[in-house]
Amino acid sequence: MAIVEQQPELARERESAAWTAVLHDWVVTVDHKKVGILYVLMAVAFLIIGGCEAILIRLQLFWPRSTLVGPDTFNGLFTMHGTTMVFFVGMPILTGIANYMVPLMIGARDMAFPRLNALGFWATLFGGLLVYFSFVTGAAPTMGWFAYAPLTEHAFARSSATDFWALGLIVSGIGTLAAAVNFVATIMGLRAPGMTVRKLPFFVWTMLWTSVQILFAIPPLTATLVMILLDRNLGAHFFDVQSGGSAYLWQHLFWFFGHPEVYILILPVFGMVSEVVPVFSRKVLFGYEFMAVATAAIAFISLGVWAHHMFAVGMSRTVNLYFAAASLLISIPTGIKFFNWLATMYGGRISFAPPMLFAFGFLSMFLIGGLTGIMLAIVPFNYQLTDTYFVVGHFHWVLIGGTLFGTFAGIHYWYPKVTGRMLSVRLARWQFWLLFIGFMLTFGPMHIAGILGMPRRIYTYDAARGWAIWNQLTTAGAIVQVPSYAIFVYNLIVSLWKGKPAGDDPWDAWTLEWTTASPPPPYNFEEVPVVHSRRPLWDLKHPDDPDWKYE
Amino acid sequence: MNELGLSAAPLASGRQLLPPPIVPERGLTAAQWGMVGFLVSEVALFCTLIVVYLTFLRASQSGPTAAVLSLPLVISTTVCLLSSSVTVHLAERSLQSRSRSGFVRWWSATILLGIVFLAGTAYEWNTLIVRHGVTISRNLFGTTYYTLVGFHALHVTLGVIVMLTLLGLTLRDDVIASGKQVGGQLVSWYWHFVDGVWVVVFTVVYLVGR
Amino acid sequence: MNPWTLLAYGGGLAQSQSIFDPASPGAAEIRNLSILVLAITGFIFVLVEGILLYASVRFRRGAATGSEPPQVYGSKPIEIAWTTAPGLIVFVLVLVTTRTLWEINPTPPDPRPGDQALFVTAIGHQWWWEYRYDHYDGKELSFTAANELHIPAGTKGGARRVYLALDSADVCHSFWVPRLAGKTDMIPGRTNHMWFQTDQPGLFLGQCGEFCGTQHANMLIRVIAEPAADFERWLANEKGGQQPRENDPETVKSGRKAFLGQSCVNCHRVAGTPAQGTCAPDLTHLMSRQTLAAGIVANTPENLRQWVANPQKIKPGCLMPAFGLSDRDRDRIVDYLRTLR
Repeated sequence: MAIVEQQPELARERESAAWTAVLHDWVVTVDHKKVGILYVLMAVAFLIIGGCEAILIRLQLFWPRSTLVGPDTFNGLFTMHGTTMVFFVGMPILTGIANYMVPLMIGARDMAFPRLNALGFWATLFGGLLVYFSFVTGAAPTMGWFAYAPLTEHAFARSSATDFWALGLIVSGIGTLAAAVNFVATIMGLRAPGMTVRKLPFFVWTMLWTSVQILFAIPPLTATLVMILLDRNLGAHFFDVQSGGSAYLWQHLFWFFGHPEVYILILPVFGMVSEVVPVFSRKVLFGYEFMAVATAAIAFISLGVWAHHMFAVGMSRTVNLYFAAASLLISIPTGIKFFNWLATMYGGRISFAPPMLFAFGFLSMFLIGGLTGIMLAIVPFNYQLTDTYFVVGHFHWVLIGGTLFGTFAGIHYWYPKVTGRMLSVRLARWQFWLLFIGFMLTFGPMHIAGILGMPRRIYTYDAARGWAIWNQLTTAGAIVQVPSYAIFVYNLIVSLWKGKPAGDDPWDAWTLEWTTASPPPPYNFEEVPVVHSRRPLWDLKHPDDPDWKYE
Repeated sequence: MNELGLSAAPLASGRQLLPPPIVPERGLTAAQWGMVGFLVSEVALFCTLIVVYLTFLRASQSGPTAAVLSLPLVISTTVCLLSSSVTVHLAERSLQSRSRSGFVRWWSATILLGIVFLAGTAYEWNTLIVRHGVTISRNLFGTTYYTLVGFHALHVTLGVIVMLTLLGLTLRDDVIASGKQVGGQLVSWYWHFVDGVWVVVFTVVYLVGR
Repeated sequence: MNPWTLLAYGGGLAQSQSIFDPASPGAAEIRNLSILVLAITGFIFVLVEGILLYASVRFRRGAATGSEPPQVYGSKPIEIAWTTAPGLIVFVLVLVTTRTLWEINPTPPDPRPGDQALFVTAIGHQWWWEYRYDHYDGKELSFTAANELHIPAGTKGGARRVYLALDSADVCHSFWVPRLAGKTDMIPGRTNHMWFQTDQPGLFLGQCGEFCGTQHANMLIRVIAEPAADFERWLANEKGGQQPRENDPETVKSGRKAFLGQSCVNCHRVAGTPAQGTCAPDLTHLMSRQTLAAGIVANTPENLRQWVANPQKIKPGCLMPAFGLSDRDRDRIVDYLRTLR
């Protein structure tokens, strides 16, 4: 009798123990798959916060001389929006996807340093929380995400919001470096037998170069942030102009990090698109070797173009010209990649399943963003366009049209592998079209506003300038985008229960991750695979016509 | 021929195709790649600090300049640090020849030399602060000097701590005889790097800058 | 009136800030280069996007077929072709960039007698503009104005160049009047240089182009170009100070006393009086300006009264506090200020 009564209690205890056990499991995990999911969850959470900041900005700018938010609040909003999107959405979401997929794609059982992997995630998250903790000081930092000195010196930024911002970015920077070290070690040291570096899946190759860029670009940022903290808190004089310090130095140091940073945000996406386009065109990636060399070229050149963010600062004509030429040079390897993607599609049998739909969005939009980038590299044109809404339009075009569309392509492609379920195609289509149209409506008019003379980072403007209509179109576009993100998150959640079971290989694809179960077991592969070409699964499916004959 | 006029893959004539044999790769281990990656990031960090130091060379508007730096003291500490590179190399050799006592001896010598270097730096800073009034906020020289030399000293400190940890682990379990001790080599790479950085910092701060 | 300015107008009365509405040769050079670049990038867009759309439609999979299409691994000749073509375009772009860059960025000359050029040092402050007039036509000037820059307009035969030396008193700013020139930053600790010229008399609008804090949005620029004779008359007036006049009404006299007795003089300057502050706009010829508070409100008695009473209402966050003046003091000071023509 007593035993029968005890059993419901035991069952309830076991249930509550079960969810705490699950939580504990996720908090202490060092499994690359779980760490990857944690990164993506963090990114989506910050995407929502950053998006709310953007909506408030757009609402304030809807009417000329609007008083919805005051100047300091507005300045805090765009500072936090930029910081959040770059550091706590863009980088974590790409790191997360790579964390999950890279070991699977190279036939490894985990990343080279699983505990360092977990450390990287928690440092990134903690850094993000530290930056947002600045609200505790009364207000967010208000100096813009690139924080030009001496606006960040104590004399001009009295509250400790700036210190929280700098400290948070130093901590999350350590997380980013940890991830990069891990990726290099994993990709170079844990490849399956037969997978030489020349046979790497393209996403893995781009993650390798992204990691190299991180290793070169993040430490200068860390050093620069330490310097401003020293200036603000220990009376150092790095950027203290009155004691001989240099405001100009900040710009060089920051952009030396800042420019490779945007390539860090796009190279992984180039990799994801290079996985999706071949599979959904049913053709091998055209020109792998040239694509690979172009990736490395982009990584190298991008370390030498930083001052194209500083053309108006008063450097000599020669220096400006060098940076213009180098920036224009990057368009060549980028163009090569573009043409290779087109050549992959050409002559194929293209299916516009959601991953390919988003890849198409990426291709069609990134082209435009790249072209406005070329315009901005033309120094005299830049003298007019820099620090205007044209630039805001340009970088959102490449970040959303490029990074975000490409990331959605990757997520729609790999979600079945991660969860064992397919995402809803209907919801994906709604998400795509709302995003595509909303995005063009939001950021297209910004280019025009910039040409009409509207500078960036202004909390209001006069009606007589004629900018109101373009701002209103932009705000309308932002509102059209909002439901697309909601649909995306809804799709992610609902498909966990309602999605069609995916099986191992729902897309009939060719790389190693599709040889194992969906979701993969903790040890990834039952047997360590042996590969002979870039498309091991193609070789297995086409034993009479394997890739290694042609590579 | 497909639409681009390029030949596609021809079909085999029915024989079983064999892929080319897999050549085993000889390269660094994953752990070694990890240390290399980490050291690349450290190079970027120190390059930034050195560039900033050079930017502000002789830019102080008032106050003590690099002339107050004592060359004899820093030469002695440099000799200690550079010798520690030799001792750490000897420790690595003991590791390869599976000599536990050799490893412990040379590893401890490295740690000791590192600590002497740090003590010398502390003494130097004490003199600078008390006798010459050089602080990080005094002027640009103070700012850049303490930042660059300080970051290096921080890296030496972290290295000493890691080496002590490794020493403790080695004394506790005998992993050397089995040849499973991997950390020694990686930490020695780090230590050589820290010494290399010191050569550059020493040259820039105490030779070029004075 | 070109289409872009029409775009800007939107029906209301407005001064264009469009970069495609140049009023100076420098801005026109930039506009011409921009049109060439837009044409080249437009062509690339139509070509590449066209191929993308064509491929997406032409090679769309119909019903699921069993076999895979022919696998094409690459083609060296094609790769070289589409590396060379962009390379040539880049080469052309670098050439045209170089040419325009050298044309619009000459090294600034020294002032010479008879050069008919105006030399001004513009200093950015949070959130207003200080203009120190240095030389005109080779002759030294030595007065300071604020917020509204008067320049001589040239004629078809005689260009009148304006050379600005750009400094900052606090944080980074940027001087940008789109119809006259591209922007050049004002970096504390550095002096930058820019120049422009126009032969169109009129008002040219701009604003600060580098985020500089709370009221960055309200740091507007007004450049007033006048025919040479009018400009020289303005110059002559600006050079004079504001000595007290015997026949000033009582309110003005007591307003002057109140002004000089308050902390106004710590920041503001009125030439010819003991008020010699340098960290706020020079008020010597306040009434010659069309606007107040760096261009954001018209210079009317009511706005001036409001400003003196509580600047934070008009420009929240600006560095002039409300002094808690009594209404009477405030009105008298405003009466005095209104005599500063």
